[in-house]
Amino acid sequence: MTARSALEDEDPDRLYTLTGGRSRTAEIDLDLVTLIVSESDPAAGMQSEHVKILRIAGRPTAVVEISSELSLPVSVVKILIADLLDTGRVSARHPSSAGTSAQIPDSDFLKKVLVGLRNL
Amino acid sequence: MDSAISERTARTPLLSTATDGLKIVIVGGFGVGKTTMVRSVSEIRPLSTEETMTQAGVGVDSTSGVQGKTTTTVAFDFGRISLDERMVLYLFGAPGQERFWFLWDRLFSGTLGAVVLVDTRRLADSWYAIDRLEHHGTPFIVARNNFGPPNHDLSEVRSALTLSEDVPLIDCDARHRDSSKQVLIALVDHLYALSTARETQS
Repeated sequence: MTARSALEDEDPDRLYTLTGGRSRTAEIDLDLVTLIVSESDPAAGMQSEHVKILRIAGRPTAVVEISSELSLPVSVVKILIADLLDTGRVSARHPSSAGTSAQIPDSDFLKKVLVGLRNL
Repeated sequence: MDSAISERTARTPLLSTATDGLKIVIVGGFGVGKTTMVRSVSEIRPLSTEETMTQAGVGVDSTSGVQGKTTTTVAFDFGRISLDERMVLYLFGAPGQERFWFLWDRLFSGTLGAVVLVDTRRLADSWYAIDRLEHHGTPFIVARNNFGPPNHDLSEVRSALTLSEDVPLIDCDARHRDSSKQVLIALVDHLYALSTARETQS
């Protein structure tokens, strides 16, 4: 991802508090559709957004759904999720297409997608 | 664009076996029916969210006239379709306007492909999107959302869009689930053809 600091000009107080002033999006390898899964229950004293993410991700939930649920920009949510990944409280299921920009998947994979769509 | 404010209602969770998120982007001008299409095939009510970025120093080709840093915020809608026990397809309705493309790589790298949804009364809205998708090397098809009896046949639309013959162009009615589903199938069929062509070459 070619993420930059998305936070610098953004509603400083709230976002600064949420992320502790970090803007480490460039180093976070999370796609919009990376599925996040909780690996532990919320603990006392945790930041409320972290608690919310752990609750939402009780079942696999995409980064973009968490962003929508928290009403926070995707890049801010990625930072919050990265905190939880660092401490092992959530795990990430990365999309098989990650990092294959402008690369069409192989035909076997696409066949599975077609089967899924036709079965709708 | 239809309003698609996220609601704090009970969410429909994914299967616990879901592992692989896929993306397809539906691009089009305001009011062309992107959210309608997402809604008609999605297993959840369309949700919306936003992404922001500062534009200064971004590696794109046109920031001329921009002095210092400006923050770009782009809102987009999405829905999802569980394809099987592992694969989940996310459908994104993306505005085709210029500032949106600054965020394309960040949001949609690794996307399977795109559907350009067009309204023949406002074809010009689609030119820019088609140009940008070609620039990014994203495979796409074009779907005309039919709001009524068509005034043009598809070959006229193809010619007005100066669309090359190898890009599929189809009709659809985004309000109907089956029609929207056929659009997605047409896109993946197209990708399948591109993929097998590449595999035979190598």
